[in-house]
Amino acid sequence: MIHVNTKVNGDDVEFLCDPRETLLDALRDKLGLTGAKEGCGTGDCGACSVTMDGRLVCSCLVLGAEAEGKEIATVEGMAEGENLHILQEKFIEHAALQCGICTPGILVATKNLLEKHPEPTETQVRYWLAGNLCRCTGYDKIIRAVMETAADLRKAS
Amino acid sequence: MQYHTPSSFDDAVALAKDAQGVTRFLAGGTDVLVQLRADIVTPDVLIDIKKIAGVSDITREGDGWRIGVAVTGAEMSEHDTLGKEWPGLVEAMDLIGSTQVQGRATLTGNLCNGSPAADSVPAMVAAGVTVTVTGPNGERKVAVEDIPTAPGKTSLEAGELVTAVHVPARGKSGGDAYLRFIPRTEMDIAVVGCGINLRLDGKKIVEARVALGAVAPTVLLVEEAANAIIGTELDDAALEALAEAASAACNPINDKRGTIKFRTHVAGVLAKRAAKIAYQRAEAAS
Amino acid sequence: MAFDETKTEDFKVVGQRVKRPDGVDKVTGKAKFGADAVAPGMLFAAIVRSPHAHARIVKIDTSKAEALSGVKGIVTRADFATGLTGGDLDVLENVMAGEKALYDGHAVAAVAATSQLVARDAAKLVEVEYEVLPHVTDVDKAMASDAPVIREGAADQSVPEGMHPNVVRYHESGHGDIEAGFAEADLVVEDSFKTEATHQGYIEPHACLAQLGGDNKGELWCCTQGHWNVQKLCAAMLGLETSQLRVTASEIGGGFGGKTAVFIEPVALALSRKTNRPVKLVMSRSEVFRATGPTASTSMDIKIGMKKDGTITAGQGTFRLQGGAFPGAPMEFTAMCAFAPYNLQNVKQVGYDVMANRPKQAAYRAPGSPMAAFAVESVIDELCKKLGLDPIEVRLKNASKQGTKASFGPTWDRIGLVETLEAAQSHPHYSAPLKEGQGRGISCGFWFNHGGETSVTLALSEDGTAQLSVGTPDIGGSRASMAQMAAEELGIPYENIRTTIADTATLGYNEVSHGSRVTYASGLATIKAARAAVKILCARAAAKWGIDEDAVVWENGCAKPSGPNAGEFDPLPIEKLTRSMGRTGGPIVGHFEATPEGAGVSFATHIVDAEVDKETGQTKVVRYTVVQDAGKAINPAYVEGQFQGGAAQGIGWALNEEYIYGEDGRLQNSVFLDYRIPVASDLPMIDTVIVEVPNPGHPYGVRGVGETSICPPLAAIANAVSNAAGVRLKELPMSPPRILAALEDQANNG
Repeated sequence: MIHVNTKVNGDDVEFLCDPRETLLDALRDKLGLTGAKEGCGTGDCGACSVTMDGRLVCSCLVLGAEAEGKEIATVEGMAEGENLHILQEKFIEHAALQCGICTPGILVATKNLLEKHPEPTETQVRYWLAGNLCRCTGYDKIIRAVMETAADLRKAS
Repeated sequence: MQYHTPSSFDDAVALAKDAQGVTRFLAGGTDVLVQLRADIVTPDVLIDIKKIAGVSDITREGDGWRIGVAVTGAEMSEHDTLGKEWPGLVEAMDLIGSTQVQGRATLTGNLCNGSPAADSVPAMVAAGVTVTVTGPNGERKVAVEDIPTAPGKTSLEAGELVTAVHVPARGKSGGDAYLRFIPRTEMDIAVVGCGINLRLDGKKIVEARVALGAVAPTVLLVEEAANAIIGTELDDAALEALAEAASAACNPINDKRGTIKFRTHVAGVLAKRAAKIAYQRAEAAS
Repeated sequence: MAFDETKTEDFKVVGQRVKRPDGVDKVTGKAKFGADAVAPGMLFAAIVRSPHAHARIVKIDTSKAEALSGVKGIVTRADFATGLTGGDLDVLENVMAGEKALYDGHAVAAVAATSQLVARDAAKLVEVEYEVLPHVTDVDKAMASDAPVIREGAADQSVPEGMHPNVVRYHESGHGDIEAGFAEADLVVEDSFKTEATHQGYIEPHACLAQLGGDNKGELWCCTQGHWNVQKLCAAMLGLETSQLRVTASEIGGGFGGKTAVFIEPVALALSRKTNRPVKLVMSRSEVFRATGPTASTSMDIKIGMKKDGTITAGQGTFRLQGGAFPGAPMEFTAMCAFAPYNLQNVKQVGYDVMANRPKQAAYRAPGSPMAAFAVESVIDELCKKLGLDPIEVRLKNASKQGTKASFGPTWDRIGLVETLEAAQSHPHYSAPLKEGQGRGISCGFWFNHGGETSVTLALSEDGTAQLSVGTPDIGGSRASMAQMAAEELGIPYENIRTTIADTATLGYNEVSHGSRVTYASGLATIKAARAAVKILCARAAAKWGIDEDAVVWENGCAKPSGPNAGEFDPLPIEKLTRSMGRTGGPIVGHFEATPEGAGVSFATHIVDAEVDKETGQTKVVRYTVVQDAGKAINPAYVEGQFQGGAAQGIGWALNEEYIYGEDGRLQNSVFLDYRIPVASDLPMIDTVIVEVPNPGHPYGVRGVGETSICPPLAAIANAVSNAAGVRLKELPMSPPRILAALEDQANNG
């Protein structure tokens, strides 16, 4: 077992993990953060997306041990208290989720996109999210929610 | 499985030399972890090289570049000048996987995984990229095309690992391009890949390297294809000769991703398209 | 509103784009899906699966696995009920192999251990000795005389004599004289088509948490489209009394028909009983592909005759469906849906249910219908081309309408096919110019829709709000639409209703969320449960006022005297009545239980523009429009979502999705990398037009919308590809190698 010290959503946390366990396993099974989902375990679906030191990654493709000394952000850290992040609001408003299993990963990924590219084109959003599979929506309403959020954020700034 | 985080390449080599059973080096992990989860390869010893100083740096090396072995695709794409000099190489790396995978995947990992379909490898071969290999007997510099030997196999010996990637100087009037064919727009393994790097003198191609991926057990450097365009201004006849030479070099398999016939044909199509892009880039750099 | 009254206008809440009640939980990561549950003392399980397509299980040696530290129990078929027959036996046989492994991935044993890693390691230590048998995975080959027999005696009496034992069911329907019909035609086109099996591709793998003691009382948490069905099947597999097993449906991360069956739930229960510990079992993605229920693959022959004016004189179809190693491929649906959009005097359809060494097929969004539409609508398109006719005009000319006889027998009630065709025809998309290399295709599609056993309870709280309990897992936003319908009836705000998916102990039996039945059937039951509650509310007001119950009406959330003759009383708002309900007769609860039969059928017309790269065979969908009859859209945003989702799945099916089996009978593409579902960058925006032709069988006119949207895309894209590239693709998926091969074939043969 490896003893890992890391920071998740701003909180210092520690856990013990087998070297084979992934960051996703650690988040879900050791830290009780089940917002990140395992849809494939091979980095193909993006449902487990988190950021590590600000970089978007699939937590199923990161070992728990690799989180040592890093800063992890998950969907659970998006809202501030009872106030939802604007992306979360827009997703609800635009019916940009149906079953909701891909939603945490897509929110984490789009938040990261808008931080890096505040004025994305539709094509840019689509390619950025190509690693986040959604089987319910056909992506239409997701893309609309993201584009409108980006526009609103630009107006607000 | 043991997990190690050496702080120097010497330590990494020492760990690998003494390791019992299956050893894997962990950089981005986008292949190692998939193989682990799918029970394809469960290493006995996993050596994480990301804590070694300098592995995440992209630095000038003469007029060329030295790319650290843990530099991710995203870091390459975000670099100010690398992509301006070697757009084909950076685009090839950028094609691998999703945004998430780009945050982890590395050139070195893509190379050492030994897949004939690795996107960055034909681009590196076309660009004339070399790597430093460090092992128990010291260092050696190896051309990228000499690393893969068969699907999943490399020429690295026990205890050896790639410790740096060297991209040559771009020089004048040069351009490179990489294209791959996948059935979707993203998230696929190349069915065919083609990297082309060329240099012009005026309008005439004076140097060229053409590399093909996913059409043989290893990435191919196709001299006949390069010869088909060297000395030309990439007119239609040259393009046809290029396509023919590229297709002729193919020795693919039928598998779930494509047929022999399809791969052979599309190799020619992509060679033409990639050559045009590389030519335009070279013209723009003239 | 009287109990059985129909309401078609003046809606206040229905028709609004309200926010879903499960939204906040889902965007914050709080929503609990199948794999998100934990229990104290919980074990983790892993399943041992056959690497062979067809093999006799000679011996299972679990000793090495049992010796591994942390392993608490191992089950094989011997740990399940014996003496099952018919469908139950098939389900058990699929859940855990008996004498033979029937497909690659078939479960043969399962392990429970103290951690996921130990369970996986232990599963690898279970030694199974197999005697490998010849296998077959292709539908046509499975019917051939030399095909290996998958299971003896599986055929029912419908199968004509002399057929291979792998042909297990037969269907025939139609009317008129097809030969006479073909004789009348100016042109007859006949062709054969094939489609590969696809998977629903829900992003959440199957997951459950089971608890079963030696007393045979159990609790099960799982992601399912129908927990009463899970309860019934698991009780049978484990030899339990149905009522002793309580099943709770988790949030469900996509189902599309694939979560209407059981796969892992009985296994987790068996392990829990054996270890006397809670057991969590979660499938890997690879297990989902190898061992759940993809669609049937098909092989189809279509013959259609048409006059020069576009009148279809006869239609004939033969549909061979491979549904895995068990009976059940939905060939009768394929046959019945094939010509459903058209008013034909002469029509005949024949279906064969064929077994092969593949996993037992499960429902996938309008099971069987998309393949039929692919074949039939492709042939109609060819006829239109050859006769120089507009494809929408021809479809309008032949369209099924109220009063015409359906190809499979009944006479149509009010239906909306013509309206969808007219809306498609007048949509700007249909007349928009195309760019070089692009082609436009259209197709119609049909799905029956379904009613099914339904039970709903609506309980009023003391503050005048309402708790609505429904038994159909929410797979498309139904908690919102149910609350909208209840709010409409009660005359209270949408936000004042909380909808819960009740567990099996709370309501009567509810059929699975399938057949596009939820908004129709649970919606109908919700409306009636609300009306039952309103009736009680009116009675309480009547008692207070000392007037007759019939003299009280319910309007805008208040009881009112029905008119001047009823007496003069101030309206009594709901909260006044509920605050006093304990003293005026007790809790106020409305409920409704029925098997409603009036599910209105749904038709759609899709328009698609596709661009084909003739050098590589790659197809890009550049514009897409869905026009579909929803009867009445309770929540237009979620109706659009169903339209778009179905279209996207259809696009995947048409272009890139397929089950690829090797010569060894093993599935080669059991990961999302190689099972290519559409990614965001593959698709354009998907335009939608909601047509509303009310269903007479629902109080608000609702028709199910979930499934019809996947019926037209396969054909619409094939027709667009044909127009873009000049070749007719007769096999799905229309992958780049297939398109290039077709182009080359055409170049060689003219």
